[in-house]
Amino acid sequence: MKMPKLNASNAVAAIVCAALVLLPVYSAVTGNIFILTLFTRIVILALAAASLNLIMGYGGMMSFGHAAYLGIGGYAVGILAAEGFGSGFIQWPVALAVSALFALVVGALSLRTRGVYFIMITLAFAQMAYYIASALSRYGGDDGLTVYKRSDFAGLINLSDRTQFYYLCLACLFGGLYLIWRIVNSRFGLVVQGVRSNEQRMQAIGFHANRYRLVCFVIAGTICGLAGALLANNTDFVSPAVMYWTRSGDLMVMVILGGMGSLFGPVIGAIVFLVLEELLSQFTEYWALIMGPLLLLIVLFARGGIMGLLGRTHRA
Amino acid sequence: MYLVIEQLLNGLQFGLLLFLLAAGLTLVFGIMDFVNLAHGSLYMMGAYFAATFVAWTGSFVLGTLMALGATLLLGIVLEYVALRHLYGRDHLDQVLATFGLILFFNDAVRLIWGPAGLALPLPAWLTVPVQIIPGVYYPAYRLMIIVVALAVAALLYLVVMRTRIGMLIRAGASNREMIGALGINIKLLFTLVFGLGAALAGLAGLMQAPILTVQIGMGENILILAFVIIVIGGIGSIRGAFMAAIFVGIIDTMGRAFLPDLLRKVLSGAAASTAAPALSSMLIYLLMAIVLVVRPEGLFPAAKR
Repeated sequence: MKMPKLNASNAVAAIVCAALVLLPVYSAVTGNIFILTLFTRIVILALAAASLNLIMGYGGMMSFGHAAYLGIGGYAVGILAAEGFGSGFIQWPVALAVSALFALVVGALSLRTRGVYFIMITLAFAQMAYYIASALSRYGGDDGLTVYKRSDFAGLINLSDRTQFYYLCLACLFGGLYLIWRIVNSRFGLVVQGVRSNEQRMQAIGFHANRYRLVCFVIAGTICGLAGALLANNTDFVSPAVMYWTRSGDLMVMVILGGMGSLFGPVIGAIVFLVLEELLSQFTEYWALIMGPLLLLIVLFARGGIMGLLGRTHRA
Repeated sequence: MYLVIEQLLNGLQFGLLLFLLAAGLTLVFGIMDFVNLAHGSLYMMGAYFAATFVAWTGSFVLGTLMALGATLLLGIVLEYVALRHLYGRDHLDQVLATFGLILFFNDAVRLIWGPAGLALPLPAWLTVPVQIIPGVYYPAYRLMIIVVALAVAALLYLVVMRTRIGMLIRAGASNREMIGALGINIKLLFTLVFGLGAALAGLAGLMQAPILTVQIGMGENILILAFVIIVIGGIGSIRGAFMAAIFVGIIDTMGRAFLPDLLRKVLSGAAASTAAPALSSMLIYLLMAIVLVVRPEGLFPAAKR
């Protein structure tokens, strides 16, 4: 395991981490509740983007259906809450288990294909999940499901308290990032990255490439399921729209914007994307009119994303 | 029985419409190796242009022809200004950039035409039902869609298989570098192909417009269907796109029409009414997943590069 070096991108990552930790203090001092609400959402989606980065950036698996796990994690919480199981000790493990199971099935079938076909088949599975959720008439169908009570952790932590919930989300994000960092630098992670660079060679020296890929795919799906459970608690609501393919596109944008294959990139990407969206939509109703071409320009002129600009890319 | 014939025709009509969309997508994909998510936006623009021009000129035929020209022009401009710089880049970059274009087009439409949808009224001569076989009537407009789409498909086949430009397109699909080295102006060829694809998408959009409303985001759902089709058919293969489009159109329409009744026979009423809409929406994706698992290259893969 290598220790992080002091360079521009690590300095930025450290500053952003510190700012995220201190944000509730700022919010309490200035009485700006809005910024805390905004950043709770950002932190949750950053976790989802980080999990996508694990398969996309390190594993070379371009999943275009990652938002499905956000919905699955969210629906697990929402449905259990609606059926009277309010305890987070039941809801969250179920959310993770169902996400993992979905990832296992999708991964096992999708990993038979490569390239654009992989992009499309993951998209197809996410669309299927979207339509299943739309058809759950018992749980709101198209209109979505209101979560009347946030997950209950038996007095350990109160999710309805803004600050406590924010720190829980932040802890999940840091925990997720640490896990991804450990995975990427482990033997397992090195094999996965080796498969991304040259699958045949890894096969030839005796690694069962697809098994490694599949495990990686399932881990990423599970982490994103956690983000989904957090998101449902944050909005007190879950709807099929969370899983729509444009949401998966948003997650991809965050990863690429921040810098694919850089540990902290997706966090930066999520912050920049969502803050920009917020600022632009305050400035004009037609924020996408600016955001769209901006994305195009980033792709054309800033390969490797923001972390790439800061001078550290892992991109193959 | 009449219902089955009618639904079959509906399926065929929907499938042919999907083919128009998928043909452009698969050409651009097969030749430029370019994933164009904004293809659905061109479909939407075709519909908006048609609604505007038809209202402006007062003539359905003239208006739609103008809309077709406008979409062609828009496609060429789009290719020239932005997309040509993305050829040869990672598919992911292309997905991201064209995703940005979707955002742009949706908001541009909202700014210009407003958030409410538009209607494209049909002229009187297209609203009469036509008797296709004794006792079976079918709307003239849907029949016209079938005829026009079949004619375009035939024309496309002739152009691609029998003309010099078609030969270049096929050559470009099998080896881009080589035809460039042989002195063909690939940049121009690519722009033409992209414009052709845009016009086909616009045609699909403006033909669908009188049946559904013209609205923002109308291209997104159908774009995914078009992608499903080119994946099932095999990327870069027009023949595959044609077969898969008709297949998908018929399965989707028949599923929506008859699946609820079929399920009701097997399941209880409540379970059937929950499962039917989900299952009929999923049918296409299920089909694609099965095809990809069994034949990862699609049913009619284009010639290997």
